[in-house]
This record gives sequence, C-alpha cells and structure tokens, in this order.
Amino acid sequence: MGLLSKKDTKLITDPLADNNPITIQVLGICSALAITAELEASIVMSISVLFVLGVGNVVVSLMRNIIPSKIRIIVQLIVVATLVIIVDLVLKAFAYELSKTLSVFVGLIITNCIIMGRFEAFALGNGPWRSFLDGIGNAAGYGVILIIVGFFRELLGSGTLLGIPVLGDPIEKTGLYSIGYENNGFMLLSPMALIVVGIIIWVQRTRNKALVEDH
Amino acid sequence: MEHLELFLKSIFIDNMVFATFLGMCSYLAVSKKVSTAVGLGAAVIFVLAITVPLNWLLDQYLLQPGALSWLGEEYATYDLSFLSFIMFIATIATMVQLVEIVVEKFSPSLYNSLGIFLPLIAVNCAILGGSLFMQSREIPTLGLATTYGIGSGIGWFLAILAIAAIREKIRYSNVPPALRGLGITFIITGLMAIGFMSFGGMLTGGDEETAKETKSAKVDTLEDTEKELANNTKVIE
Repeated sequence: MGLLSKKDTKLITDPLADNNPITIQVLGICSALAITAELEASIVMSISVLFVLGVGNVVVSLMRNIIPSKIRIIVQLIVVATLVIIVDLVLKAFAYELSKTLSVFVGLIITNCIIMGRFEAFALGNGPWRSFLDGIGNAAGYGVILIIVGFFRELLGSGTLLGIPVLGDPIEKTGLYSIGYENNGFMLLSPMALIVVGIIIWVQRTRNKALVEDH
Repeated sequence: MEHLELFLKSIFIDNMVFATFLGMCSYLAVSKKVSTAVGLGAAVIFVLAITVPLNWLLDQYLLQPGALSWLGEEYATYDLSFLSFIMFIATIATMVQLVEIVVEKFSPSLYNSLGIFLPLIAVNCAILGGSLFMQSREIPTLGLATTYGIGSGIGWFLAILAIAAIREKIRYSNVPPALRGLGITFIITGLMAIGFMSFGGMLTGGDEETAKETKSAKVDTLEDTEKELANNTKVIE
C-alpha cells in the first residue's frame, strides 16, 4: 500500500493528462498565456501556483466545517491573497528581476480560476491529505502546460532555453543559423501563446478521442 | 485629450483579453451565446468602472509608501503596499456583493439581466487585473482611473461579443473533430489578438503631436521645449 493508495495516486496523475486543468477543465488560462514567452518565467510561475494551491487546499479543507457557506468566497479569497503575498514577497527578495518580469501576474494568481475552482470542487468536500494531493496534482498539470508552451516559445522565438543559446549564435551564424535558420520573432508575441495552447489541445484530443466535444 | 487617449488606448491597444489575457476563464466559458456574452460584458464594464477608482483612492491614501501622511507626520514613513493584493480583492468582493444588493433593490429588470453574472465577476481576473495595472502604471488622477476602468471594461466587452458572434457561426463550419469547441476558440482568439496588434500604431503618431501642442500652449513649459530643441539639434550636429 505504502504512503499513497491507488486512489490517491490517481488524484495526482489524472490532472496531468486526461483531466488537465488548462486543456480540459479550462481553468487558469490568463496567467498561462501572458508569461510564457520565457521558460524560466513559466517554471517560476508553476512553482508559485504549486505552493499556493497545495497549501491553500489544505487550509480550506481544514476550515471547511467552520466556514459559513454564504461568505465562503470571501474567506477563500483571503486565504489565497495571504499565500500570494508570501509568494510575492519571497520573489521580490530572492529573484527581483524575475518578479519584475512577472509583474502583476503574481498578484493575479489570486483570481486564477484553478485555485478557486479546486477549493470549491474539492477542498470543501474532502480531508486535508487528499486535498493536498489534489492541489499538487492540479498545479502540476497546470505547470506541465505552462512549461511546454514556454519551452516552444523560447526555443522557436529566441533560440535559447533558460537564457542559454542552444541553436547557435544568430549574429555569428554558427550552429543551425549557418544553414539559413532564422528565429521566429512572432513566437515572442502574446497571441502565439493562444495558438500554441490551441495546438496542444488539438494534439491531446487527437490522441484521446473520448475528450472530443460536439459543438 | 488625455482622457480620450487613455480611453482609446485601454480599449484597443491594451485590450484586456487580447493584449494581457485577463478574464480568459469567463471569456471562454460564457462566450457560447451572444446574449449571455452581452450580459457578462455589461457587468464587467459596470464593476470595473466602480472598483478601479475606488482602489485608486485606497492606493493613494492608504497603501503607497508615504500615503498615510495625511494622518500626521509620524505616519509619513509607513509603507503598506504589501497589503495591496488583499485590500484590492476585499474591495472587489465587497463591492460586487454591494452592487448586487443595490441593483436588486432598485432595478429588478437590470438585476435579472446582470444578476447571475455578478458573483462570477468577483473572481474574474480582468477586474483585479484592472486595479493592479492601474497601480503599476501609476495613473495620476481619480478621473483618469475612472476612464481607465471604463475603457478596459469596454475593451473586454468588445472582445467577448466578437468571440461569441464567431462561435455562434462556427457551428456551421466543418472543424476537425479534435479542434472543436475549445481548441478552435483558442486559435481564433489568437488570430483576433494578432489583428488587434495592428492598433498598436494608432497612438504613437498622435503622441508626439499632442505633446507638442500642450507644451506650446503652456508658457511655463516653453523653457523645457527650448532645452529639448537645443538637445535635439546637438544630436543632429
């Protein structure tokens, strides 16, 4: 049996693919798109969401029996806002440059629908341990998409990964550039994030026909 | 002029949906029919027009470094800006609730058309995003903050209206099965965003002209203009 029962493992692995928060549940799109021009920003954003959703789910789950249902939205917002302030201050202290790049999008984790969505759908009805796993799973599913999008946009847009040139030097014309390859600057513009996510959805649904929607 | 510029800028150039992707969740979820899209769009304009100026006041008189100086000198060094997230979201949640109650009491017909969308809005990132951008762009006056709120709201309204209209029509097209629904909506939004990028040049040409006009109109800034001109000619030499 071990630490995780089969059901618990499913809580983590499901959101990674077949019940992915971004491509299937359509939650948390805003931040997913705006900050993915660089891989590093995507990774930091995923970790921030992982922290906020994991801890937030546990806190809400612990309080689920004492929150009056009428004011639960406000209580949940306060929980998230507190956690996001912690993330924001930590980022400002240890990664100032990056926190400038992310700018308002760290604050927007508060209204990231993934978080409220998981609180409402899961943490309010389940114990702390299962809620924690659910939070981690969903945040990881969100992170996977963010990292895929960030990977392709940085690679095709500026020819680098995490700021390190991997395709050669575009000015000196070394590596791939020596045979006439050019960076596609278009990938760095925000609309391309939407199109890349659209393509991910296309690939995913072609592989798994059960996910296809009718009109 | 300043107002008009900010207004147009917030509608077209810095469009909430197409430039910063705010409020995408409700944008995707509620855009299946034009009529519901119009309802939600109107509610967003309404709430942004109220919360952005309100949060501007909060930011100016409570949160910014030194904002508390109106309380007395010993408060002048306080910096409460780390509280802005929690204050903004609390204001938004309360205002949404309040607006809902007031609208229900005084205009039942408006409540019937907007009512169901109002609770959705408290967690719409476009609303919080409006306030956060207002803060990070340092909008100088209350009037401009209101203009910014209304402009961003109208931008969001336009975006959701356009995608809802397209989605109603796309039902009759032969979209590849795996792209149906969400996938094609993403790609269409991407293409629309590329279209909206062409508005980017709209104000850059005008910017210089208005700057010159206001400068020549004001005598006290004439000196600055002369200095600038001198600098410019130096560069040319």
